[in-house]
This record gives sequence, structure tokens and C-alpha cells, in this order.
Amino acid sequence: MLHCWDGARFPPGGTISIPAKEFNLGFIRPVNSVSHGLRVFTCPLVNVRDALNQAMDEELERDERVFLLGEEVAQYDGAYKVSRGLWKKYGDKRIIDTPITEMGFAGIAVGAAFAGLRPICEFMTWNFSMQAIDQVINSAAKTYYMSAGAQPVPIVFRGPNGSSAGVAAQHSQCFAAWYGHCPGLKVVSPWNSEDARGLLKAAIRDDNPVVFLENELMYGVPFDLSEDVLQKDFVVPIGKAKVERRGTHITLVSHSRCVGFCLDAASVLAKEGVECEVVNLRTIRPLDVDTIEASVMKTGHLVTVEGGWPQYGVGAEICARVMEGPAFNYLDAPAVRVTGVDIPMPYAKILEDHSVPQIKDIIFSVKKVLNM
Amino acid sequence: MPLCTGAVIHPCSHTKAASMVASSRSYADFTPEATFDIKKVDLHRLEEGPPLTATLTREEGLKYYRTMQTIRRMELKADQLYKQKIIRGFCHLYDGQEACAVGIEGGITLSDHLITAYRAHGYTLTRGGTVREIMAELTGRRGGIAKGKGGSMHMYTKNFYGGNGIVGAQVPLGAGVALACKYLGNDQLCVSLYGDGAANQGQIFETYNMSSLWKLPIIFICENNQYGMGTSVERSSASTEYYKRGDYIPGLRVDGMDVLCVREATKFAADHCRSGKGPILMELQTYRYHGHSMSDPGVSYRTREEIQEVRSKSDPISMLKDRMLSNNMASIEELKEIDIAVRKEIEDAAQFATTDPEPPLDDLCSHIFANDQPFEVRGATPWTKLTSTS
Repeated sequence: MLHCWDGARFPPGGTISIPAKEFNLGFIRPVNSVSHGLRVFTCPLVNVRDALNQAMDEELERDERVFLLGEEVAQYDGAYKVSRGLWKKYGDKRIIDTPITEMGFAGIAVGAAFAGLRPICEFMTWNFSMQAIDQVINSAAKTYYMSAGAQPVPIVFRGPNGSSAGVAAQHSQCFAAWYGHCPGLKVVSPWNSEDARGLLKAAIRDDNPVVFLENELMYGVPFDLSEDVLQKDFVVPIGKAKVERRGTHITLVSHSRCVGFCLDAASVLAKEGVECEVVNLRTIRPLDVDTIEASVMKTGHLVTVEGGWPQYGVGAEICARVMEGPAFNYLDAPAVRVTGVDIPMPYAKILEDHSVPQIKDIIFSVKKVLNM
Repeated sequence: MPLCTGAVIHPCSHTKAASMVASSRSYADFTPEATFDIKKVDLHRLEEGPPLTATLTREEGLKYYRTMQTIRRMELKADQLYKQKIIRGFCHLYDGQEACAVGIEGGITLSDHLITAYRAHGYTLTRGGTVREIMAELTGRRGGIAKGKGGSMHMYTKNFYGGNGIVGAQVPLGAGVALACKYLGNDQLCVSLYGDGAANQGQIFETYNMSSLWKLPIIFICENNQYGMGTSVERSSASTEYYKRGDYIPGLRVDGMDVLCVREATKFAADHCRSGKGPILMELQTYRYHGHSMSDPGVSYRTREEIQEVRSKSDPISMLKDRMLSNNMASIEELKEIDIAVRKEIEDAAQFATTDPEPPLDDLCSHIFANDQPFEVRGATPWTKLTSTS
């Protein structure tokens, strides 16, 4: 159950030159970016892991009250190497290895936030947060309200969320809906490196408890980061979705790794003349209903895509909000959800592959909704 | 017959090789049983402990040897298959700790109960699983002990409750099994295992309290292999005397590399439980040769010299082998034959595990509920309707 990753595939930062055919990102670039053949990248390629690492490094440097605690975050460099080099740079006081006691150390982290520090509390995976969920909800999320504003809780809980590869039922759950359900929490779910960097900085600077849902399978995926994004004060605002791809026929709303699948599906569908608009939620709570509604009012069709289970999930919330708002009158067909299959995650590869939403499921649903 | 390592091995039966060996030695030449001095056990809240000697019969010796060797080779094969990407996800290997699983089983019976964490392949074997089913589970095939749905950390057999992925959670579960034993009045007990990393978990202390209050027949066993993933015991625990952490619960600290020590301590603990005295806690001092899991090289937080030293001075299989040979309880050839037989068993199992087909897609939604009518399960889209059967 505890595990680590064996290192990044790409050099952190730096520029490298890769012929397009070897550049296997698993998705096709969004339409508004430069296509590449053989070229030297002027924007550095930064994978999600390094984006998170750099964001934490910069925020640790910027504000002495920020510190990181969790299992294996210090001397091991992080179970997934997200905190690589930080202990060497900042030492025992700022980067703290904890015993395997989630309930205890989450409580300690919240207490430190009460007293004015700005902790980053890492769960090795969000599955283990269930051991500590009382501290996240009852001690962190609700305290500012219960104290009528006297006691803020400036804490970030972060770690990998959702399914991975072959880690079976107890290690594969998505917690976006669970935490997204609770007032008092902000819940963010980055997809790419820009999201990861900007949202983590925003989360650390936010005076409220933020649940930061990463994705293990995205850690090693590299993305271009522009000069603007690499500025130390670059933040992605919490609560604002991003339109990753403009389209006119149908809106795909997603978060985390599934955003990439939506972009892949959109490329395939474009060949058949269907132009999808892909909305990257970036934040689960507060949900950017305005961006979703504006898109649906333009396209008239909606498919939500998520890795988590369908019942009472993120997609269910989006559909309900669309029903209750002005966008409903613009729908030409019922809004539909693509989700993980409603079962505990099986181990065998063939079963696991069929338990998560695939690109073909997205394409199939789009065509059904568009009556093609 | 199934190549069950629980079976008693007689050198002149079963294998062709054995009958072909022109052995100049007959049964009568071997010592049928011998008594060995074993390390004194550290005691906590106990006036007396397990005996300072252990008697081993030739049969037992050969059985323990074969079982430990089977676990050893099975884990090394799993290492190979993982590097070939035939096993995926998590894989936490047990090589080095064999004396614990085998010694514990030597002190209880298969009608007793056992639960452990994720380093569970050895226990799955000692609790009645076969190498074939274990390996096929690791490779995610339909012939796996959990039909491919559980994987490395989720294997079950009768009276063996896994294989558990969440650190510490298995301990209260074990107390629940013990509660059922007491409730049903069946004179059985439950062995509930956890590691040095888990030993700080709050739920374990909650379990100590309730087990003692209610005098549950539970043996808590802390397998202290010195490291919780990358964190040494000194860095995780304010007190590293894990056998005392039960406070009001009597405790023993045992050499976990000596199968006889473990067995005698387990027998002692089992007697304690069965006499209605309530829980008892054993700390087994042991060592894992591999890293925490296959993703962990295991050398960033400890030295290769340390690993090598344990291997050369305290290897559980070597220790047993030396004892048997120096007391004339077996011959080198005989043990070599067992090695060959074990290798073959592992090869056959690996062959099965790599050729058995994956589970059928029909299995995707099965086993959500027990004893229930079949019901519809939502697939990835609203149009994908699947069926769940019990």
C-alpha cells in the first residue's frame, strides 16, 4: 500500500528538443497552441511532478510560515518524488517526515494552521485521507464558520487521487465528490502542469482549507510552460474553469486526467466534423457554473467526464446545476455523464481497463447526445 | 496430488529423483529429533516466558525447510515477473521474513484465524493457498486465488482474512475475528499482524484497549523489520520496544529470524489466549531483503552492507539448514532435492500464472453484494448497462 515512484522521465525544467512523433503525450495539442514538428522548444517542458515541486519550493521560500508534512516527504524525497530536494534545501523544520498516522498528523497540521502557520499536509494517496477525514471536515472545513470568522484555517491537503495502474480497490478511489460536497472546503483538481503550478500556489496563498487532488498518472507527463506561467507570482484563480478547446457542437466538462481524454476524443470527432468545446474545471468547489452555462448555451449539448463513480458525483452536480439555471433552456438533448464504472476497482488489467472511462466512451456518448 | 507445502515430506517417496538417488543412508541413519537452545525472549508483564529450548523432529524440520524455501523462491519469482511487467501495481515481498510466517503457523492450527497487512504472500501460502493460485493472482488471471480481482494485497483463504491495503486497519479487524471466536465459544484464536510502521496507528491502541477489556483471544504480532517503507524505527517511533507498547498487555520480544523461536513463542502465546487470559503481544525482530515494495530499491535508507550482513549471519533458511545438517537430521542431497522440487513447483506455477487467461468481462460487476438478486450496474456511459451477480 505505501509505494513510491522511480523518477521523472524528463529533465526538470530545461529545454529539450523532441521530434513530434516521439512526443507521446497521449493527447493531441489543443487548437490554440503551436503545432510542432522538429523544433527547439523555447518554452521549457515541465512535467506535473516538477511543476508541483517548483511551486512548493517557491512558496516555501516566499513565506516562512509554509511547511510540508507527510509520510516520506523529507528524506525519501516523497513517495512519488513530488517533494524531491526540498528537505535538503529547507531541513527538518520545514519538511517533516511523519509516522504512518494520518488521523494524528492531519490533526497536528490543522492545529498548526489554527496557530498561524500555513501547513501543506500530504496524504500519500487520498485513499488514506479516510483515516483522517474527520480532521479535514470537522476541524478544518467548518471551523471558520463555527467561530464566526474568528479562526481561519489556512491549510492545504494534497496528494494523488483517483485510479492509477493495477493498485486495486483500496488504492484507486476518487474523492472529488466526497470533499466537493462540503461547505467550508475549497477543492481543486489540476490537469496539466500549468494547472498544477498555478493552483498549488493559489491554494497555499489561500487562507482557507484547500483539498488539492493530484493524479499519479499525470506526474510524469510534460507540458510546455510559458514565461508568464513560470513567474513566481503566477497563480491560477481557484473557482475558475478554463476552456481548453473551443467548439460549437457540444460541451465536454471534465477535470484532472480525463481532460486529456476529452481533448483526444475531440480530435477524433473533429475528423467527422463535430467540434467539441472542452472545459477543464480546474476547481471542483466552488464550481464555475458560469463558464459551464456559457458553453452549454452556445453548444446546446453537454457531456460530463470524470474518473469517479457516477452516483452522487461531480457530473451529477453539474447536470443538476444546468437543470436549475438558464442553460437548461438551451439544451437540445439531455445532459449525460461519462464516469468510472460503478464497482470497486478490480486488479486484473483487462477488468481495470474496462472500469475507467475510455476515449471511446466519450466519443460514443457525444454521438448519442448529438443523435449521430 | 497438489504440491501443498503443508504436507509432510518423506525423502523416499513422491519424487522420482529421490528414489533414483543411490542413497547409502537409510532412515535409521538420521536423527529423528533434536533439541536446540533458542534465544531467550524479552518479557513484558510476564513472570515466565516460552522455554529456552525447542525440540524439532526431522519431519517438522523438512516441512519448515520446504515451506520457507517455497516462500523464498516464490517471492524471487514474483520479483522477476514484476520486472518483466507481468505483475503490475503493488508487490511487497517477504523474502527474509519466512521464519515468521512458518513459525507462527507451527504454533497454531488451520482452524485458528490470521490476518495481516499487505506483505501477505507468505501467509497466503502457510494458511493453505497454493503457489499456483497466488502467482496467478499476482498476474491477474482467472485462476488466481481472488479470481484476479484482488491482486497482491487482497488474497484470502479459509480463516485467513487477507492481505489488507490500509496500514493498521487489519488490527481491529483481527480483534473482531477474535470476538467472534469467543462469542461462538470455539476455542479458536486470531493472530493479528502489523509492522513497525503500523505500530503507531491509533486504531491499534484502540484495539489493545477493547481486546483487554473484553479478554479477546487475540495474539497481536508486530513484525518489526526495522523500516516502515523508507523510515527507520528510530525516526518513526518514540518507543521502539514494540512488545511493550500494549502497556497493560503482556508482551514478548522474539528473534523472528529463528523459526523455532517463533514457533515456541507462538505456542506460548496461544496457550495464554486459550486459557482465557485475554490478549498477548509478540514482537518478532525480522528483516526484509527487498525494499518496501517493487518500486523501492531499498537502498536509499539503508546500506547494502547491512542487508548483506543479515543475509550472511541470520538468514532463516540457512539457520534451519545448518541446524539440521549439523545434527544429522537430513543430508545435503536431500535438502538439494527439496530445493529442486521447490524450483519446479515455482516454475510450474509461473507457467500457469503467465498462460492462464485473464478474467472474463462478465466478472467485471460480479461480487458486489452477497446473496442478492442480479442487478443492473451503470457502466461508463448511461447506455452501458452491465449486470452484477453475487
